[in-house]
Amino acid sequence: MPVEPWQRGGFGLYVHWPFCEAKCPYCDFNSHVTASIDQRRWADALAAEVRRWAEVTPGRVLSSIFFGGGTPSLMTPETVDTVLRAAQDSWTWANDIEITLEANPRSVEAARFRGFAEAGVNRVSLGVQSLREGDLRRLGRLHDVDEARAAFDIARKTFDRVSFDLIYARQGQTREAWRDELSEALDMAADHLSLYQLTIEPGTAFWDRRQAGGLRGLPDEDLGADLFEMTQDICGAAGMPAYEVSNHTRPGAESRHNLVYWRSGDWVGVGPGAHGRVTMDGARRSNAGWLAPGKWLGAAEAGNGDESIEVLTDEDRDAEYLMMGLRLTEGLDVDGLGAVAKDPRFHRSIDELIAQDLLWARDESIGATARGRLLLNAVIAELMPD
Amino acid sequence: MSTPQSRIRNFSIVAHIDHGKSTLADRLIQLTGTVAERDMKEQMLDAMDIERERGITIKANTVRIDYPAKDGHTYVLNLIDTPGHVDFAYEVSRSMRAVEGSLLVVDATQGVEAQTLANVYTAIEADHEIVPVLNKIDLPASDPERVKTQIEDVIGIDASEAVEISAKTGLGIPDVLEAIVKRLPPPHGGDPDAPLKAMLVDSKYDQYLGVICIVRIVDGTLKKGDRIRMMKTGGTYDVDDVGIYRPAMTGVDSLGPGEIGYLNASIKQVRDTRVGDTITHERKPCDKALPGFKPSIPVVFCGLFPVDTSDFEDMRDAIEKLALNDASFSFEMETSAALGFGFRCGFLGLLHLEVIRDRIEREYNIELITTAPSVVYHVHMRDGSQHDLHNPADMPDMSKISHIEEPRIKATILVPDDYLGDVLKLCQDRRGLQMDLTYVGGRAMAVYDLPLNEVVFDFYDRLKSVTKGYASFDYEITGYREDNLVKMQVLVNDEPVDALSMMVHRDRAEMRGRAMCAKLKDLIPRQMFKIPIQAAIGGKVIARETLSAMRKDVTAKCYGGDATRKKKLLEKQKAGKKKMRQFGKVDIPQEAFISALKMDS
Ligand SMILES: Nc1nc2c(ncn2[C@@H]2O[C@H](COP(=O)(O)OP(=O)(O)O)[C@@H](O)[C@H]2O)c(=O)[nH]1
Ligand SMILES: C[S@@+](CC[C@H](N)C(=O)[O-])C[C@H]1O[C@@H](n2cnc3c(N)ncnc32)[C@H](O)[C@@H]1O
Ligand code: SF4
Ligand SMILES: [Mg+2]
Repeated sequence: MPVEPWQRGGFGLYVHWPFCEAKCPYCDFNSHVTASIDQRRWADALAAEVRRWAEVTPGRVLSSIFFGGGTPSLMTPETVDTVLRAAQDSWTWANDIEITLEANPRSVEAARFRGFAEAGVNRVSLGVQSLREGDLRRLGRLHDVDEARAAFDIARKTFDRVSFDLIYARQGQTREAWRDELSEALDMAADHLSLYQLTIEPGTAFWDRRQAGGLRGLPDEDLGADLFEMTQDICGAAGMPAYEVSNHTRPGAESRHNLVYWRSGDWVGVGPGAHGRVTMDGARRSNAGWLAPGKWLGAAEAGNGDESIEVLTDEDRDAEYLMMGLRLTEGLDVDGLGAVAKDPRFHRSIDELIAQDLLWARDESIGATARGRLLLNAVIAELMPD
Repeated sequence: MSTPQSRIRNFSIVAHIDHGKSTLADRLIQLTGTVAERDMKEQMLDAMDIERERGITIKANTVRIDYPAKDGHTYVLNLIDTPGHVDFAYEVSRSMRAVEGSLLVVDATQGVEAQTLANVYTAIEADHEIVPVLNKIDLPASDPERVKTQIEDVIGIDASEAVEISAKTGLGIPDVLEAIVKRLPPPHGGDPDAPLKAMLVDSKYDQYLGVICIVRIVDGTLKKGDRIRMMKTGGTYDVDDVGIYRPAMTGVDSLGPGEIGYLNASIKQVRDTRVGDTITHERKPCDKALPGFKPSIPVVFCGLFPVDTSDFEDMRDAIEKLALNDASFSFEMETSAALGFGFRCGFLGLLHLEVIRDRIEREYNIELITTAPSVVYHVHMRDGSQHDLHNPADMPDMSKISHIEEPRIKATILVPDDYLGDVLKLCQDRRGLQMDLTYVGGRAMAVYDLPLNEVVFDFYDRLKSVTKGYASFDYEITGYREDNLVKMQVLVNDEPVDALSMMVHRDRAEMRGRAMCAKLKDLIPRQMFKIPIQAAIGGKVIARETLSAMRKDVTAKCYGGDATRKKKLLEKQKAGKKKMRQFGKVDIPQEAFISALKMDS
């Protein structure tokens, strides 16, 4: 019996905090702005959901916890603590467990960093987004560059590991401008960087603005590709190569939690709209919490916050395994695939993609080449089961 | 008992599109109580969805209206609604011959327009008495006096007694009815005791009753139980039923001279009947058929292929069903390396093609790929033999060909002076030879000798757009003439795409080739590798473009919570690809075929 992806990919816990101080115009996350939040109720509901899942996953060793959002840095340290204690009661923790919290780089939130660390958080991911004032304004962010740098410095002193996010391929951004900004970011000596090209998602204010003919000067396909390739080169030269499409790190400082997703490990998801994948009795279950915060809270308090739970089909499992695994520089093990790997068409496609310099194959692994990574959707669509 | 001819008025309504023909017909039907108020719906006479939607009439329709006139007598008014497009010009001219008069409806806010002219000339040619009707006078912008002068100047008929109406509000409709009775002539000369002579105006297929023929009786009497003969096609049938449309089908005992109605004789398919044929009694036939009969022959051919190859059997079924109701289109199976199984179909013109294609797609839910429309070429071989070429793909080896002839037309275009320059340029660009240029009532009339193949593509669309719809266009096929014609192939990634092969004039090949390659470059989505797009004659490349490789198609963010949604997007992307046609390794979306062939330069 080979070791299945869920057994070797790690076991994580994702906690979704759905509140923000303001809605950013590009954001399609499940995030909401509300006047007041009853932290006690939320803490208890999240903890109850953690315990509910613990009951059906006895004996697992938890390798990571991730507080995502929304803006989890708006949680009080007590709320974070309540959830972490529930997780500690529920599962055995790995010795080197990674506990990440997404934080907005504002002074109010930096003031809580100490409390988060005391609760057990050992890694933060800061949503810096840009090191240019004008762009921060255009992205609708509430912080400025100095505030972000200050928050970063506090984080550096408080946590073992600090990562931050930048959004590039912004309106009017030239190759030169991005090169300078990225160099400044690399000089800040984070151990991990997430560098996302701005995506205009349906349902966001940016989407509507673009539909209405606004939002001019977004890079075209060629400039977008150039910016991406530049990013690979500059980060690689600085010792921060990409280990995933948009994630860079010094070797060894990868986000262990996100690797669970990309390696198709198991994770429990709790909170509004949170998704989980948990393998039980050989079946990989996919669950999703109710999207609306109020609805979820009521449901969780009544004993179950999930809107849906279903067993993934073999095809879905293979599709996700490909879709997630090919994002990684390390690629994926073909023996982790099910039925799709038995289809001769799949192997023919692999050969063709290799011939086109879009994929590489080594031993039991396949992965996207530099060119293939830029065309990853097309590559995956080619390989996905029908 | 048949109606005495003096109490019959047969008429049609001619108008430019949207001037109110259908609305007026509705009002006439309504005012005379022909249809109960609750059964009234708009555009009563346009039966097919596609007719209602496009505002065009494909099949002739008829309705009988009983009208108690001011003179105390009740008259029978038969309205024939005719198709209004050049593709069906012959059918129109035939149905016009079944009536004696026309209402010429002109929108009083717009005035005389292109189709007003084309249609009124057909009516004049059929010796119609014409009553001008100015519609939409409820609108403040209407200017009846100006439009009357225009009718007199441009068409040359007296408009002083034009009836002013609003088909929308009903204003003036009684005057229209009186004018029909007083100003249009009754049918003349018919003899009820002579041998039966009737014109087959049109026929349509009814899924319950089989083929229903619309007929106009010239001489004699048609009764249920009669055994009839179609004089041109030779078919003989027993008449199961005769009747009239009010507009619901209503049986009657007999139809006499001057009357218009339907007959039902267990005819299986419309192709067994021919518009314009003469119907007579088998036992006691009339001695001469009505003059002017012409069987309609397809002039435009193209391949139709199902996008989803598994739809082929359904498509065969759809085509056979449509053929039941349309004698004028032809079809035979065709196989294409790239497109699989489909049909090579022949049509009366481009609109006819579009209508049939739309109906297959819409009524039968089958998505289609249409290949380049082609006319019928006469290919003369060196060995003296001659072939009809319906499909450029079947073109024999050039070295064996002596010469090729193509069909030519005589095109008549009426256009306001302002646009004449553009029209002449368009005709010149399409290899036209000017035959005549005169002025009629402030309009220019250009007569051109043009190759049909230059017209079937998008000539009509271009003409409409350069003249803002003010040109009227009509044509007739005049014969075949030799010219320097070659087959142009299109190669995508070095593979010939047979669906895009076409016959072109040698002198225009480079231009067409360049335009085609440039267009395809925009239409074919970038792929993972760069693709040469070429046009070639024989082995010689005459135009080339390169579609550069796609560079970026990657999702920036994808974490655990995104997996479900992102997977759906990828599935959609994959499904979209499946809808495309593969040529070698290149996926071409089906819209690309259709758009590539429109050559709006
Ligand atoms: N205001 C006004 N509108 C009219 C009148 N007659 C027709 N229309 C409108 O003009 C449009 C075209 O009419 P329709 O009868 O379909 O025209 P057809 O294409 O000639 O059959 C429709 O929107 C009618 O409602 C009229 O007398 N007055
Ligand atoms: C879960 S989000 C939000 C984290 C935190 N609330 C914040 O905004 O800083 C994580 C990251 O996704 C990135 N992101 C969000 N929307 C994006 C978009 N439309 N295009 C590109 N990156 C985006 C941002 O860099 C953001 O920091
Ligand atoms: S980008 Fe971050 S801060 Fe902005 S609305 Fe989305 S989750 Fe909230
Ligand atoms: Mg109409």
